[in-house]
Amino acid sequence: MAGKAQSRAIGAQLLAAFEAAGAVEVTPDILQPAEALLDLYGEDIRARAYVTADPLRGELMLRPDFTVPVVQAHMAEGAEPARYAYMGEVFRKQDHRGAARVAEYFQAGYEIFDREDPEAADAEVFALFAGLLKPLDLSATIGDIGLLRAAVAGLETLPARKAALSRHIWRPKRFHKLLQRYAGQAPMPESRAALLEGQGASDAPWIGVRSPEEMAARIETLRADAATAPIPSEDVARLDALFALRCTADRAPAQLADLGIAALAPAIARLERRLAALDAKGIDLTMLAFEASHGRATMEYYDGFVFTFEAADPGFPPVASGGRYDALTRVLGGGREIPAVGGVIRPGLVADLGGLA
Amino acid sequence: MSAIKLGVPSKGRLMEQTFDWFAARGLTLRRTGSEREYAGAVEGAEAVELVLLSAGEIPRELAAGRIHLGVTGSDLVREKLADWQGQVADLAPMGFGHADLIIAVPACWEDVDTLEDLDAAAHAFRAAHGHRLRIATKYHRLLREFLAQEGVADWQSVDSQGATEGTVKNLTAEAVADITSSGETLRANHLKILSDGLIHQSQATLFAARAADWSGLAAPFSALCAQLGVPVPRL
Repeated sequence: MAGKAQSRAIGAQLLAAFEAAGAVEVTPDILQPAEALLDLYGEDIRARAYVTADPLRGELMLRPDFTVPVVQAHMAEGAEPARYAYMGEVFRKQDHRGAARVAEYFQAGYEIFDREDPEAADAEVFALFAGLLKPLDLSATIGDIGLLRAAVAGLETLPARKAALSRHIWRPKRFHKLLQRYAGQAPMPESRAALLEGQGASDAPWIGVRSPEEMAARIETLRADAATAPIPSEDVARLDALFALRCTADRAPAQLADLGIAALAPAIARLERRLAALDAKGIDLTMLAFEASHGRATMEYYDGFVFTFEAADPGFPPVASGGRYDALTRVLGGGREIPAVGGVIRPGLVADLGGLA
Repeated sequence: MSAIKLGVPSKGRLMEQTFDWFAARGLTLRRTGSEREYAGAVEGAEAVELVLLSAGEIPRELAAGRIHLGVTGSDLVREKLADWQGQVADLAPMGFGHADLIIAVPACWEDVDTLEDLDAAAHAFRAAHGHRLRIATKYHRLLREFLAQEGVADWQSVDSQGATEGTVKNLTAEAVADITSSGETLRANHLKILSDGLIHQSQATLFAARAADWSGLAAPFSALCAQLGVPVPRL
């Protein structure tokens, strides 16, 4: 394992490279207000955050990543367009042992907030990372959560079904169970069948914060769902084929078009623009892996382009990862939003692999 | 000469049943000294020493390697030890101390019977109330791993070290994850178990500590395993 001084030195090199690319350094506090952040993160980061109490400021957490504080700072006072860079420790509790499973490590990151040309910004971040990491001979994989979201949005079924599926794109097991249910491929639970036939009445007293009106609204949703035709099995098969699609990046647009999902057309056009921008920056698309489900289970809050750079050793965490998180800026912007893309490199892992050029 | 330290619950039914389990395999465990003194003796095996401990402390003592073997609930080991299989080896389920760790919701929730229902209710609840659906528990790790694996979102755990079944009525939680054997306390508190909400079926289990100093103990440990009728684990 690389020492802290060595990791920090590599982090400084990366930060300098990000600044040379036009970014302004930002230095968010290590101690962040816990409540607002915990509410934003998914269960994984929530469980792994170090939370502590401050006598005046209430619950605080050791920052588990930089992206959220950087977005908060930008939404509060940033001018557009903006490029930010940062370098420092993040803290995450580890439930499993292993050399690379450290609770405290450096991240060096680069984030772009720009409305003009999102695909060019995607390519800029990826190509910058690819250039810096070139000596390490890592394998890069790209994906696009936006394709998955577009395919779900394009289903011809109840909006409530599409919303439920869209919410679980990041949780594949629940997503596929719901999809099977909506397609009539899984039997309705007996309890629900009884409820819809009016046999589920309970004589228990009402307790708790959830109200009888909330229950009534959910039962209405269930009734509407039961009265709606199942999602055709051909549509389910097309979605499954999309989720399973893996090829080299140069072939991805044609393979996606071959799936016959009409709703994908705008997302495929965006992918083509992104690939053209990558090509223009000298990325060899015939050597770049594309996986439609990439990042689906692990990269929470990304909702468009996603990428990772990984070492050959499968026990090693990704050396670099990132993506587009437009929705997060909407949540943090209080009504405003701005297209945003960025990523982080772990200097400690770079050091373990021999360092930068 | 060094000895294999065997940690056993220091009182109550769990202690008695543990003694019975070992007695059925030719090992006599007994307390020595006064009623209040936590000292014990082992007869019928070479180089085994009895250590009486609170059942709740046994996982930690195993993890630290201060005892070689320990009897405790499988729920406690999974909850208290991160990466538990890396820290202890599971030698034998002992067939007593059964209890189920389950998720229960208010019995009045006619629309919620499965995890799918809970997830949908949690999503709507968060939108209506501005916070995640709260599940009271002391089994935070087991609950989190279970719901993560099942893909349930928009919930958070709140800590409850006792009287957990009362938290829903007291408006400090919307659901509970707790140990039950008969379900009577749940029913008395107007709660029902989700039909697919079984997180873990716990029972008293004999564990071996990977971190303990086993040097010089290979022969007595093999003999003990043979006597107990369990395979010698790789530690």
